Amino acid sequence: METTIAGQTIALNNEGYLTDLNQWSREVATHIAKEEGIDLTDEHWPVIEYLQEQHRNEIPLTIRKVGKSGIVNIKEFYALFPGGPLKKASRISGIPKPASCI
Amino acid sequence: MDTKEMNQDLDQKKDQKVKKMMLILSKATIDNVYACFILANGARMEGIEAEIFFTFFGLEAVQKKKLEHLHVATVGNPAMHIPTLLGGLPGMESFATNMMKKEMEKLDIPPVGEFIEILEASGAKLWACKLAMDMFHLERKDLVDEISDVITVGDFYQRAEGDNTHLLFI
Repeated sequence: METTIAGQTIALNNEGYLTDLNQWSREVATHIAKEEGIDLTDEHWPVIEYLQEQHRNEIPLTIRKVGKSGIVNIKEFYALFPGGPLKKASRISGIPKPASCI
Repeated sequence: MDTKEMNQDLDQKKDQKVKKMMLILSKATIDNVYACFILANGARMEGIEAEIFFTFFGLEAVQKKKLEHLHVATVGNPAMHIPTLLGGLPGMESFATNMMKKEMEKLDIPPVGEFIEILEASGAKLWACKLAMDMFHLERKDLVDEISDVITVGDFYQRAEGDNTHLLFI
């Protein structure tokens, strides 16, 4: 599946997650966030950067880890990405859907 | 099937999505407690509302003095695959529980107390059963702060109203 965001062709899997983080940009993130009903603010970007960093280091993501990141606590994480924070934040960050149950 | 029918089918599926999970925890063995917490937390992670009603032995999971001392049952639990007589030896439950906790920590599953904090932060609602509280002579101060209130089973059912709400007894 492909889509065009800000004039750039982006490859997505069938659940709408980017298949290549290199195609990610802030414009792409803003566009996907809108689809998820989220307007990105200055508070979202550090969380997005943290998730991407974890992904690059091949560390599996959990809500607990995000809560201990020192960047955002769990309550804030839920408030920033309402209705499924880990999945939505991962999609906006251009990283694969998390396989975590916790 | 034409497009219109397909869209209707999709709309129906959307309406059938689980919206609220009402979990009732009645046991205090650590495997049951974790099953309940992981289901509640997993619901919140999917954007599904989650509430837990702690009743009977389930109240042990939210008692300040007891919550970090829950055990897996080594007697009467065929899944342990050890002879019942061995399971009854002193220290067996602690041994099996510690083994289990180590494995859970590897998977980033938090200890009970921290899990309760995570649930509260995620917006899950936690309730204690009034009748069981009276039966065990417990007071509100014996329970963790994350418990929203002590309520009756009727109150809990009242909260279960709304489409696509599911009740689950553990």
